[in-house]
Amino acid sequence: MPNPGDLEWNRRDLMVAAGTCAALPVIGEGAYSQPTPVGTPVLNDVSFEVNGEQRTLAIDTRTTLLDALREHLHLTGTKKGCDHGQCGACTVIVDGQRLNSCLTLAVMHQGSSVTTIEGLGTADKLHPMQAAFIKHDGFQCGYCTPGQICSGVAMLDEIKAGIPSHATVDLTAAAAVTEAEIRERMSGNICRCGAYSNIVEAVTEVAGRQG
Amino acid sequence: MKFDIPATQNPIDRQSIVGQPRDRVDGPLKVTGGARYAYEQHDVVPNQAYGYVLGATIAKGRIASMDLKAARASAGVLAVVTAKEAGKLGKGKRNTAKLLGGPEIAHYHQAVALVVAETFEQARAAASLIRVEYAQTKGAFDLEAAKGRAIKPTGEDSSPADTQVGDFAGAFATAPVALDQTYTTPDHSHAMMEPPATLAAWDGDKLTLWTSNQMIDWGVGDLAQTLRIPKANIRLVSPFIGGGFGGKLFLRADAVLAGLGARAAKRPVKIALQRPLMFNNTTHRPATIQRIRIGADRDGRITAIGHESWSGDLPDGGPELAVQQTRLLYAGANRMTAMRLAVLDLPEGNAMRAPGEAPGLMALEIAMDEMAEKLGMDPIAFRALNDTQVDPEKPKRPFSMRRLNECFKIGAERFGWDRRLARPGQSRDGRWLVGIGVAAAFRNNLVMKSAARVRLDAHGTVTVETDMTDIGTGSYTIIAQTAAEMLGVGLDKVVVRLGDSRFPVSAGSGGQWGANSSTAGVYAACVKLRETVAQKLGINSAEAVFANGEVRAGNRSMPLASAAESGPVVGEDTIEYGDLDETHQQSTFGAHFVEVGVDVATAETRIRRMLAVCSAGRILNPKTARSQVIGAMTMGVGAALMEELAVDTRRGFFVNHDLAGYEVPVHADIPHQEVIFLEETDPMSSPMKAKGVGELGICGVGAAVANAIYNATGVRVRNYPITLDKLLEHMPSA
Repeated sequence: MPNPGDLEWNRRDLMVAAGTCAALPVIGEGAYSQPTPVGTPVLNDVSFEVNGEQRTLAIDTRTTLLDALREHLHLTGTKKGCDHGQCGACTVIVDGQRLNSCLTLAVMHQGSSVTTIEGLGTADKLHPMQAAFIKHDGFQCGYCTPGQICSGVAMLDEIKAGIPSHATVDLTAAAAVTEAEIRERMSGNICRCGAYSNIVEAVTEVAGRQG
Repeated sequence: MKFDIPATQNPIDRQSIVGQPRDRVDGPLKVTGGARYAYEQHDVVPNQAYGYVLGATIAKGRIASMDLKAARASAGVLAVVTAKEAGKLGKGKRNTAKLLGGPEIAHYHQAVALVVAETFEQARAAASLIRVEYAQTKGAFDLEAAKGRAIKPTGEDSSPADTQVGDFAGAFATAPVALDQTYTTPDHSHAMMEPPATLAAWDGDKLTLWTSNQMIDWGVGDLAQTLRIPKANIRLVSPFIGGGFGGKLFLRADAVLAGLGARAAKRPVKIALQRPLMFNNTTHRPATIQRIRIGADRDGRITAIGHESWSGDLPDGGPELAVQQTRLLYAGANRMTAMRLAVLDLPEGNAMRAPGEAPGLMALEIAMDEMAEKLGMDPIAFRALNDTQVDPEKPKRPFSMRRLNECFKIGAERFGWDRRLARPGQSRDGRWLVGIGVAAAFRNNLVMKSAARVRLDAHGTVTVETDMTDIGTGSYTIIAQTAAEMLGVGLDKVVVRLGDSRFPVSAGSGGQWGANSSTAGVYAACVKLRETVAQKLGINSAEAVFANGEVRAGNRSMPLASAAESGPVVGEDTIEYGDLDETHQQSTFGAHFVEVGVDVATAETRIRRMLAVCSAGRILNPKTARSQVIGAMTMGVGAALMEELAVDTRRGFFVNHDLAGYEVPVHADIPHQEVIFLEETDPMSSPMKAKGVGELGICGVGAAVANAIYNATGVRVRNYPITLDKLLEHMPSA
């Protein structure tokens, strides 16, 4: 395998690489007298911006963006709820778009700009969405909360950009910030504590303020 | 402090901070990512390694062989732990199945191995190389099929299995109006957002666990028993918990395996149970089959009420207490309840939010709706007629407070109940058939011993320490409010530290007892502190008024902080209870109102409006309490419409073991929700005069949804969840 450090990786290359890794156990002990330990990490340099700061990591190609943030950069505000794209707790904003960071590998993000909950605001200087979540009690245990907030922020931009949803009645008109639109577009972010009614109020208030 | 006579006037009654809808004190941490959960304690110990759990792929049998060679040789692997390596382990007294299986396997996805490696990716890759051969044995997995073999449970938790008052059989047989119906509820999963997770670190023979646990002291005790080490050698820390709902009441595999893994690897080890393992590896709310019989005279007075429930669990497990509420909720001279327990080799059944009442009321409150219809009565009027102010089994024992009828009355006015058409299927809004349903909410108020320590320093800062947990319930906030109220300081002067076994043992978070009991413990500690402060300031504590950061007595007034000039002043105490819960039945009450639309063509149900009216003593913080209730209403909607662990009755496991297969409500499923709390205080419950709401909120919701669907469509579904396939063939023609 060539040193991938200087290469621009795309999804297809990664799938090829992943296939190679998966094949290793089959070769296993029989093929070599001194077996290469299975699962030897293939490290790759990746450099991206996180919350305005340039970060460079030599990272296992299997590491998700989520684990890169949590385990390597110790930005644990982004949560791991299911690790396979079913709960939304890991939602971050990458190049302006919300994304489940558990469903994307860190090495796919060379040059990306990532915003996590820590980058939106701090306890002393809250982002309006963070302040609205406190005001409307849009959370209980708090575990889905960073994902809900990142999703909410990026989702309002999607509406502003005219991207329609299943709840959009008229595809030729600009999508409106209605509760139906918010509920539909936020449905990828599960809250088992059931704070939905309050979250919608928080997002609605921020949307109104944004005008 | 012994609480054995009803509370009189006390500083909490000022309600200058307690009872106010304050924002959560931990809110800024939670919305900025600053709240650190069990798996996120990067800086507490160096050199943390990663654990990955392997679950059994049979439901019952033995491990015939296990090949760990490839896993051990895999890159980065530090240790592989199995039951064989772990040596002799005990079992926590609150665990039914062992948390590390082998050679016997008790249920599907029971943990059989832990791989510890330098990185998560390495641990995961190595775990996939473990080869396990099983010798499978036959098990029982189908509740309906096992029902005939169910026996009377004998455990103390299920006592009494049978109750009888008067002559139920005779009264039911001669009742002019009678109902005899069977209802089923499926297995449910807590499915909290944060998986069970633990970081374990040994220091000699001392073990510290940063974990996600609702009941710190239970966890310490059961871990000590499992690892066969002294309780004093274990420290549990759970500052933030990403949801529990009963799923984190008990010691679970993540904690035991992290401890064993850290011992084997000689490194701190952290584990988060993989989401696809959660549904079969952890506990769940067991499925029930419930038969309800109600007999009444023609004017609607209940003369006979009987409730039987069948559920299953592993050997030595317990039943789902689904008949509990029926002993207390409605009047009727002749009564019976019975629970029967079948051995099932499914994963361990155990408590989930409002164990007993949640599934019990899902059945009972449909039965009440059906009975009202048979009688030609309004469902609220029928319930009101059969209200009881005393324990129906012991008429000399009154309820401490019971305002169920007011909940219905206020709710009916607010919700527009008078617009409901009694004949089903008559209300239409475009493609939607619209219906309204109601159900009673009922859950007992349990009181639990709870301790706290309160410290005042020279800056006037009050620090509260108790091993109470905040699982999203708002414990941090209401405990801060309690201390602030008691000591006359602002919330900004109070620091609350929770979830550490080094702190005094609290009630913990369970059974909706946490809010009342833990704040009562803080109240007791604050009373002690007030006495010491008064003594230090040379004033009579009975006369002292604590307000605005000052202590006043007569015309003297001193800064509170001055009491700590020569060093911190500490108050520590435990609230303990007398027999007020014996002499008086303490319960919480509510009424749930739901409006649904059912698509006339597809039979898809959508919730349109929801209202809960709750009577639960003093509401310590209306904002966080309301969140508890709307969250429980949401979970109740899940139970009504979508939640069901699908049992593979051939291989014995829950098939839909992830969040795509096990559907829980999402944003699009839940409308705006309204909650009304009746203004009241219950002096029988504690000095706080509060009760719980966290479980009350889920009680009855499912039936209110079911009754609304019936009102909309005329289709009565008695087997939850009410999915469209159960409605479709019976729907009225469009």
